[in-house]
Amino acid sequence: MVHDSSPLPVFRAEGVTRVYKTGTVEVWALRGVDLRLAEGEMVVLLGASGSGKSTLVNILGGLDLPSGGRVFFRDRELTQASDRQLTAFRRDHVGFVFQFYNLVPSLTARENVALVTEIARNPMTPEEALDRVGLAHRMDHFPAEMSGGEQQRVAIARAIAKRPDVLLCDEPTGALDSKTGIQVLEALHEVNRDLGTATVLITHNAAIQRIAHRVVVLADGRVIRDDANAERVLPAQVSW
Amino acid sequence: MLRDLRRIWAQALAIALVLGCGIMVLVGAQATQSTLIQTQAAYYERHRFADVFAGATRAPEDVVQAAALIPGVAQAEGRISFQAVLDIAGMAEPATGRILSLPAAGPALNLPLVRRGRLPDPDRPDEVALAEPFAEIHGLVPGSRLRGVLNGQLRELTVTGWVLSPEFIYTMPPGAMMPDDRRYALIWMTDAAAAAAMDMAGAVNEIAVRLARDGDERAVIAALDRLLDPYGGTGAYGRDRQVSHAFLDGELQQLGAMAAFMPPIFLLIAAFLVNMVLGRLITMERAQIGLMKALGYGRADIAWHYLKLALLIGVIGVLAGWGFGWWIADAMIGLYGDFFRFPFIIRDWGTQALVISAILGIATAGLGGLRAVWSSLKLPPAEAMQPPAPPSFARGWADRVLTRIRLRQTTMMIFRSIIRWPGRAVITLFGVSASVGVLVMSYFMFDAVERLADSVFQQANRQQVTLMLAHAQSDAAVQDALTLPGVLHAEGAYAMPVRAVHGHRNRLTALQGHFPDAELARLVDDAGRVVEPGASGLILPEMLARALDIRAGQVLRLEMMAPPRAILNLPVAEIIPQGMGQEAHIAAAALFDAMGSAPQVNMIHLSVQSDRMDDLNAAIKETPAVAGLSDWAEVRRQFDATLSENLLTMVGIYTLIGVLIAIGVVYNAARIQLSERSYELASLRVLGFSRAEVGYVLVGELMLLTALAIPLGWGFGYWLALGLVGAMSTDMFQIPFHITRRTFALAALAVFLAALGSVMMVRRRLDRIDLATALKARD
Ligand SMILES: Nc1ncnc2c1ncn2[C@@H]1O[C@H](COP(=O)(O)OP(=O)(O)OP(=O)(O)O)[C@@H](O)[C@H]1O
Ligand SMILES: [Mg+2]
Repeated sequence: MVHDSSPLPVFRAEGVTRVYKTGTVEVWALRGVDLRLAEGEMVVLLGASGSGKSTLVNILGGLDLPSGGRVFFRDRELTQASDRQLTAFRRDHVGFVFQFYNLVPSLTARENVALVTEIARNPMTPEEALDRVGLAHRMDHFPAEMSGGEQQRVAIARAIAKRPDVLLCDEPTGALDSKTGIQVLEALHEVNRDLGTATVLITHNAAIQRIAHRVVVLADGRVIRDDANAERVLPAQVSW
Repeated sequence: MLRDLRRIWAQALAIALVLGCGIMVLVGAQATQSTLIQTQAAYYERHRFADVFAGATRAPEDVVQAAALIPGVAQAEGRISFQAVLDIAGMAEPATGRILSLPAAGPALNLPLVRRGRLPDPDRPDEVALAEPFAEIHGLVPGSRLRGVLNGQLRELTVTGWVLSPEFIYTMPPGAMMPDDRRYALIWMTDAAAAAAMDMAGAVNEIAVRLARDGDERAVIAALDRLLDPYGGTGAYGRDRQVSHAFLDGELQQLGAMAAFMPPIFLLIAAFLVNMVLGRLITMERAQIGLMKALGYGRADIAWHYLKLALLIGVIGVLAGWGFGWWIADAMIGLYGDFFRFPFIIRDWGTQALVISAILGIATAGLGGLRAVWSSLKLPPAEAMQPPAPPSFARGWADRVLTRIRLRQTTMMIFRSIIRWPGRAVITLFGVSASVGVLVMSYFMFDAVERLADSVFQQANRQQVTLMLAHAQSDAAVQDALTLPGVLHAEGAYAMPVRAVHGHRNRLTALQGHFPDAELARLVDDAGRVVEPGASGLILPEMLARALDIRAGQVLRLEMMAPPRAILNLPVAEIIPQGMGQEAHIAAAALFDAMGSAPQVNMIHLSVQSDRMDDLNAAIKETPAVAGLSDWAEVRRQFDATLSENLLTMVGIYTLIGVLIAIGVVYNAARIQLSERSYELASLRVLGFSRAEVGYVLVGELMLLTALAIPLGWGFGYWLALGLVGAMSTDMFQIPFHITRRTFALAALAVFLAALGSVMMVRRRLDRIDLATALKARD
């Protein structure tokens, strides 16, 4: 799986810019980003705080629209899509994992996953998804009754239960200690390996980059590095 | 504080409006009531309204002096009063007039107030002054002429002026249900002219007295009755039975009931809302509160900071309530002006109500705020600076049931939220059901009036016209009436003013004799049942029976107040529920049997071809045997027109109030939900839920609560309406208690729509949430 061998990438971003206007001040979060993500590929996105990582991933996931440039999901141009189409796009194709889990506190683990499987086209069962992240035994617990690592794994189960085409993870281990962080990375790794889900993983932790096929580094709204990893390691071999 | 206020201004405004509604009702009703009371008192005083009134058939003039000598009487005045049929240019049907004589020396009691022109000249017997409302409608300016049949003689009369009198602030034609300024006139004539017309020289048939400061009304009434008994006294009565005064007093009593009844509901809801919103604000500012404490601010400082906000809401509510209250008072006084003819209005701003309402309003907001502030102060600073612990969701029995029935997860979220915060759900339920209740109560007024109208016009009185005969006649008169133009069916009846006496209680009322198989005028009870009086015995409506403290089987003494002045002792056969009923009923056969006379009629009910009313009216103007006429279709038209205008205003106000409560409660609940759950709801959008699906979680919960609140509100409204009936029923009439399905449905619909509108307003905010931003910021 080499990044540019595939004729039709999952994502293709061309000259993407994003300008935030707050009052009279303009902040250029992205200053022309070109990026491709191939089928089944796992990319780690690195960069200093404020370099535009979240902004880029939000645009890829259809949560935000760029100020300029074009973004394609397979053969569809997201930058032309309506709000309704973007919603359908997220529903059918994208799984999100965030730093703060974003679980619905009033629903149990199983119900949080079922939330998505009820509206997905070809989902796995909530039980299967939770089993994949090693949480079969905590299915009927509410988020408040679980540790951060467990909550994050529920979030991953929820993201993968619809069998998404891409998984977008914004600092999924940011709030976790290294041991639980590694469990979460293992879950992501297995999903990528077993289901072939293309994955973008934002992290501040340089150690994590070694589990990816490819590493992209942003600085000040631009891609300053885009390298394939010569060799990948398993999450279990990473430590920080 | 201003920063906080800016953040929650819409919610604060919604609360202030609910609070304002309570204050508006309080101030509006009180200001109207005290304005009317003061105006009434001043009018009575300046125009020397009498305290006791008495009638007789014909009493020599010197009874007036005798009356003045009764202990406790300060002043007495006699006059001649009689009915006349009037023929007014431009009016097809005849009008009825009541002629009142003016003492030659100038009136000393019940002084007429000349509004235009002058009083009649003693030297000109054909001059009359007219009551202003009637003269105004017909454009009878001074100098105009009208024709009247006075004591069987056709007379041409000249108008000299327009008059108002404290005796006739509210004017009800005899036998009518509503004022009828077009067809009922009060006519003042000089003593000499009236005496000449009625062959009453040196005699009077009405006496009015003013009591001395320490005069005992009961004793004076008894003495007057004794004094007039030889002259065919028809019974003395105090102001409480004087029609104009009794109606005005009834109205004042109803205003008082409204001022006492409604505001507490609103104030309670407002207190809950302040509590809810402030509680939420404080939760969001826990960290800041903790910081302030850590920096050494005392509890009192912090409490004061939030309490100020609550008090500000209170002040806004009070000011809004005052403004709207005055506005409503103006509108209501204007409405009353159509019924109650005051020559002047002494406007009272309801100072007392202002003070009370200000205290109540601010205390309400303050108490609501205090509770919210209190819970925040108990937190130690370190804990306060932590974000609030995530809510934990327990698994009660309700939860197990919900899990079992496999709901959609978004529906599950709705139920879990309700179960997790039952207190909030209860406040929403309570608030929304209160607004349904207020609407049921206000729409119920329509039901009551419709039922009254139906009972009076459709069930009981199906005749188009009732003729009042000048003298009782044999029932051959009914046959004669059939020869009048356009008459299809004629039915005789006999009615007689009586004093009903049971033990030491007595009442002035009328006895109605019913002929068998009546088709037109029938006795109907509140359930719509036609009651046929039995072979013997009286039928009394509940209210009269209660006033006389009499039960079925007991004997009632009836003293006829007009010739033949028979005194009858009759057993009460039945007591029937009849809200409008004040009169005693008996079968004609039983009545004449007891009187020992042949059957007679003094009223004839007619059904008339509608296109021949004009011919009939013309014929009756020429028939001296007929003393008066009631055109029931016209009465109905008047009734509908007057009531629909008044009721629409009142119902409009109440609807506004009910809807405002619903909006205040639901909007606040929705805003609180949104502020607490925007993160969670944005997450749903990220997962690919559409706006509508996410909105469902918010809208669904509140609309579910609204739906649950509606039946509760129906129950509440039923109870309120029952209370209203109790508070508003006067001696004169009782509001029938019957709530239609339409009322329940309308109340539910109005509240449902108001709630839906409020949630949708909040949903629009939800739709505008920027997803990327919402996810970044936790709370
Ligand atoms: N809603 C917004 N309004 C204004 N400026 C914004 C907004 N969101 C992001 N920015 C700015 O855009 C730039 C990029 O932000 P972004 O969140 O993408 O950075 P990041 O690489 O994800 O940083 P971090 O590692 O801290 O999460 C920053 O300078 C940020 O201040
Ligand atoms: Mg970021």
